[in-house]
Amino acid sequence: MSKVANERSVIRPYHRYPEGSQPPRVYDPYRSTPSRNPAKPLIFLPHTLSEITGPVYGHTPIAETDNDLTRQHVGEPLGERIIVTGRVLDDNGRPVPNTLIEIWQANAAGRYQHQRDQHPAPLDPNFGGAGRTLTDDNGVYRFVTIKPGAYPWLNHYNAWRPAHIHFSVFGRAFLSRLITQMYFPGDPLFAYDPIYQSIPDEKARQRLVSKFDLETTQPQWALGFRFDIVVRGPEATPFE
Amino acid sequence: MEHVPTPSQTAGPYLHIGLTNKHSVTQIAPPAVFGERLRLRCRVLDVDGAPVNDAMIEIWQADQAGRYNHPDDAPSPDGHFYGFGRAATDENGTCEFETVRPGSLPGPNNTTQAPHLNVAVFARGILLQLHTRIYFAGDAANDSDPVLALVPAERRETLMARPDPEHPGSWRFDIHLRGDQETVFFDV
Repeated sequence: MSKVANERSVIRPYHRYPEGSQPPRVYDPYRSTPSRNPAKPLIFLPHTLSEITGPVYGHTPIAETDNDLTRQHVGEPLGERIIVTGRVLDDNGRPVPNTLIEIWQANAAGRYQHQRDQHPAPLDPNFGGAGRTLTDDNGVYRFVTIKPGAYPWLNHYNAWRPAHIHFSVFGRAFLSRLITQMYFPGDPLFAYDPIYQSIPDEKARQRLVSKFDLETTQPQWALGFRFDIVVRGPEATPFE
Repeated sequence: MEHVPTPSQTAGPYLHIGLTNKHSVTQIAPPAVFGERLRLRCRVLDVDGAPVNDAMIEIWQADQAGRYNHPDDAPSPDGHFYGFGRAATDENGTCEFETVRPGSLPGPNNTTQAPHLNVAVFARGILLQLHTRIYFAGDAANDSDPVLALVPAERRETLMARPDPEHPGSWRFDIHLRGDQETVFFDV
């Protein structure tokens, strides 16, 4: 076997998710989970090059206003202007630089700019609700947006989602890929939301709640919230 | 491990706003890339065999020489190759990609992995993405693939893309999220 082939068969596997830190596949109170998730057990896959590599180079250029959802239209969107910032780290505590973060969200009235959203709340012509950015060398990202509203859904009688921003993060590997939701502190809807409640561990759940941050807050302009994201990282020892 | 990873949450029914309206990538390999070009048509189905019209599929694959465009792999000889694709499913639960057939690549314990594409499925009702693989039906390398060897023989078929008899160069792959024909998903 060639030298290159030898090197390529030595893999540094990634950490597995700790018990209770992730939602189960099927969570009955979230009613669409049983029909859209496997009944048979997943097959445990030792990591190979296919899992520990992933799209790290970004697949489209980032435009100047992509991380400022309040400057993407002719006028300013209605709502409470906020700054959302934080760091992307791996589970070893190392910053993940230059990784793509994408967000999407409802407007201040709780309405998505989407043909399938039938919530009778107003659309805002100045708010599309999508943003993207790359983390810097220290894994730091920053978005300017407006605080999304809560909105009703049809999961159960009188079901309302707590205000949230969807986050999509790549990390360094296809297995570190993470799509999640960021919530706001003290939301009274947490107790009634099966998506938030699907995470078994209370501490893990709270990791999805951003923290109000006075240092990030800018006087006479916008409230600041901090939301750090941890993606899976590699084990210390390589494996052949 | 010092930190516990952030929990996953569903991408929800409106994932298109942030991920695919402007930023879908259906050309996994642009036309300049070396290799056998193919079209891949994926379909996502639920427990009743009904099309899932609000899913997103992401694909990650090696180039025709079996190399990933990633700093942890050996440098790809083909500078045009990227290897990532993503698309939302339509009303029929389908989405299409254009790419090249990947090469074989090293697996654990001096094994060789057969040509395959790595797949992640996101959707409303999926709290944590589902990972599967697409292999090519009839490829002799499948017989010695170390990952297929982990799958019970009677379920390996669910991981095979099949040539579309009506469209030469096109392959089809159905993802059954649950049910009698349930696709094999991996715990990665």
